[in-house]
Amino acid sequence: MCRIGAIKSKEFFHPSAALHLMLPQQEGHDNSGFAMVMQDMAGVFSKYKDKPLLSLACTQKGAKLVEDYMEANDFRQLAEWIPRGVKNVKLDIKAMPYYIFRNYDYPEYYRDASEEAKGELLLDTRLALRELLEKQEQGYVYSFWPDVLTLKEIGDPWDIATYFKLWDNNGDLMAKNVVVQCRQNTNYDIVRYAAHPFFLQGYTLCANGENTFYTKNKEYQKSLHRGYIGFESDSQNFLYTLHYVLQELKWPIKYYKHVITPLPFNELSLRSDGAELRAIRQSLGSLEINGPNTVIGMLPNGNIITCCDSKKLRPVVVGGDGTMVAIASEVCGLNAILPHRNQEQDVYPNEREVVIINDALEVERWKQ
Amino acid sequence: METIKTQDVTVNDLPWKIECKPDRCTMCGSCVAACTFQAIMPAVERRSITVSTGHRPEPSQKHSAVLMIKQRNSIENACTGCGMCEKICPNQAIKPVRNPDSRFSLLARKGGSPIKRGGRTSLNSGRTLDNIIVGRISQMTDPALDSERHTFDILAPFGRVLMPHELPLSAVNGTLNLTAKLPPVNWIYPIIFSDMSIGALSTRAWEAVALATAYLNEKHNMPVRMSSGEGGMPVKLLESEQLKYMILQIASGHFGWNRIVKAIPKMKVDPAGVLIKIGQGAKPGDGGLLPAAKVADHVQAIRGVPKADLMSPPNHQGLYSIEESVQKMFLSMNAAFKFRVPVAIKCAASATSVSVYNNLLRDPYRICGGFFLDGIQGGTGAANEISLDHTGHPVVSKTRECYLSAVKQGRQGQIPLWAGGGIGLTGNAAADAFKVICLGANGVFLGKILIQLLGCVGNEHGRCNACNTGKCPAGICTQDPRLVERLDIDKGAQNIVEYMLALDSELRKLMAPIGNSSLPVGRSDALVTTDQAIAEKLAIQYVC
Ligand code: SF4
Ligand code: SF4
Repeated sequence: MCRIGAIKSKEFFHPSAALHLMLPQQEGHDNSGFAMVMQDMAGVFSKYKDKPLLSLACTQKGAKLVEDYMEANDFRQLAEWIPRGVKNVKLDIKAMPYYIFRNYDYPEYYRDASEEAKGELLLDTRLALRELLEKQEQGYVYSFWPDVLTLKEIGDPWDIATYFKLWDNNGDLMAKNVVVQCRQNTNYDIVRYAAHPFFLQGYTLCANGENTFYTKNKEYQKSLHRGYIGFESDSQNFLYTLHYVLQELKWPIKYYKHVITPLPFNELSLRSDGAELRAIRQSLGSLEINGPNTVIGMLPNGNIITCCDSKKLRPVVVGGDGTMVAIASEVCGLNAILPHRNQEQDVYPNEREVVIINDALEVERWKQ
Repeated sequence: METIKTQDVTVNDLPWKIECKPDRCTMCGSCVAACTFQAIMPAVERRSITVSTGHRPEPSQKHSAVLMIKQRNSIENACTGCGMCEKICPNQAIKPVRNPDSRFSLLARKGGSPIKRGGRTSLNSGRTLDNIIVGRISQMTDPALDSERHTFDILAPFGRVLMPHELPLSAVNGTLNLTAKLPPVNWIYPIIFSDMSIGALSTRAWEAVALATAYLNEKHNMPVRMSSGEGGMPVKLLESEQLKYMILQIASGHFGWNRIVKAIPKMKVDPAGVLIKIGQGAKPGDGGLLPAAKVADHVQAIRGVPKADLMSPPNHQGLYSIEESVQKMFLSMNAAFKFRVPVAIKCAASATSVSVYNNLLRDPYRICGGFFLDGIQGGTGAANEISLDHTGHPVVSKTRECYLSAVKQGRQGQIPLWAGGGIGLTGNAAADAFKVICLGANGVFLGKILIQLLGCVGNEHGRCNACNTGKCPAGICTQDPRLVERLDIDKGAQNIVEYMLALDSELRKLMAPIGNSSLPVGRSDALVTTDQAIAEKLAIQYVC
């Protein structure tokens, strides 16, 4: 079982907090992947919050390929953070030669384009870069979006943090929202892309568990959107469904849960909105998930959300202290970063519940 | 001695031979009375016995005339192996024995007429489904569910499903509201009692199935639906609450629709659906056939026809394209019930099934509410033997192809796929249904297994299969009132109910280990096969 977590804070914090959230839960992961997505950044990127930020890991040749592509497509580089890895053979990390985190300016002719058009351009650019790097086996690109940074690596989270000097808080990297995962790769070969969280056009998501409807979900999603590719992990399905429901269908957030874990038909018939929910269930039956899961997601507006499978077969807990709220698979994670919080106010969402935390750190919960 | 010809038929030419033990037979005559085919008769035989009673052999010969049971050596009265004589004999004196030397197929086309028989294909029974195993079992990472304690949602759609972006939903204050009517969709149990008409079945047999349907719905909360078959239904049922469990069938003969149409204004509830039959698995490309022998008075009344062979044409006259079908049949059928009742079509599986399905999927009116594919092992009733054994298409790969074709277009689930024809052939309908569902069907339809539960003794090895003769020894496929009496409606219905209850828990027993609480439609990853060719064709995992 993967361990997952998220932190949302009123104040900027250093990503080491996310590592402290995850390390006590380490028993559950096998170092086959560690990843985090930060949103709402300070530090080196603070001046360019509205400019897209590219996150990738690559070889030297890959870096050149990317540079050439971006130049050819009129993206102008604005800022860059290239971590110089701590070279130490004892570290458990399968590092790539280059990690590039770089802000670009939109091409001239996109300056006045709508947000939507920009979003499409960023997605297309990421997909093109991914294809370019993949074809020549020169690297991996994780996200390309304003104010969002993705770091993925294979190895021990502690060593990964050492390698990226994430233990020393020098103010370079700061964020208000972080979603993080340590991977327990039970199923397949270790694939760098497979480490959660996954990101698509402002939507970030990680999940722990097994999606027994993976094949069904994938077969459907493949034809829904050009961005629904990869399928390196069965939890990628959750992200694509989140994106589809909110971004493509433009449905309110509460319907996400109704899509992934629809109410049984006999319960639907008792509800005043039964007709709508039934219509949704029958049209989107292929996006239902089955199997044990906890989902943690982050929306474009920075809200953090969590919910579980319909049998509540995977744990999750939410706790906070007024300045910071965190979600984790296990309570030991919360204890590590929020030892002084009032534990009695911790929330253990149930199988029908959705929890959302907004920028004011108000915790909204509702039953599906 | 009579003159004989070498071409004369002997008992050894027939598919079944009667073995009667004279030392056990008391000549009660029960077997002769029970045999609906008059395959046996009492006869007198001249016997010569040599006896010697003294201390020394002093043989003397005695001639006597004895009564015995004799099998007729006639094609018309060939024993079907039904075993009724054996069942009724108080002394276990008689039984049919399969005759490996039968020359029946050479002799039975007398008069230039094709052999007809009841609906079981005797060839083509190498089943794909038996080579498929549910192989993906949840263990630790994805715990299996508890089939007894967890809740399962075992329902399948009947009706046209819209694509999500086509749903007429508008958001007001964070809530979606439907702003227009959707095509009707009924969520029903994923097993439909397939269309076996009144006429093909005896009224009692039909009633037993209808009774079982109502009982499953009302006492066990299992929304099983039953298809009427071609030929209509009793008006009483049309005007009753129970109509909601029925799917009305219209086939190319349009038999019985007069009464249905007339009953519409008096219907208290809507039927569960309308099923337009284009073709059937037993005799694809052939219409329906109800031999005159089975057109009893009540059948004439329901269908409004004289006593004659009732043949439905092989196609719906006047419809020459799928588009036309959509316009004429679907629209009229949909309109008949004011667009509240889903309308589906049933075709025999064939090489072109996928094209038909694609056409229906892309139909801009979106009014086809289900695609029923009937495979080669499907069908009861009467058919020409040549059609039964030598035409048709296995249903499994066609169902899979249809599903995958829909997947390619992102339209899976829009027109629910239902598969039939041999489901439950080996007695395990739950396993068959489960596997076909994993391959992409939404549900299955069952026919023969129901009549077997009513007491049919026919099988795929040529036993009985006399459903076309009007002499069904079990009272199922006959209209002869004395034979119909043989069927106990309540017992028959009870058998079906009990089987279905077992099937329901068996489905859970299959869903729980793969960790699914709703139907695993398209979960082909749950299946494996030990046959490489099947793995390739169905795109499932090969294992050995
Ligand atoms: S097995 Fe059936 S058909 Fe044959 S003799 Fe007995 S009752 Fe008649
Ligand atoms: S028992 Fe009746 S229904 Fe069964 S095969 Fe014989 S004739 Fe047909």
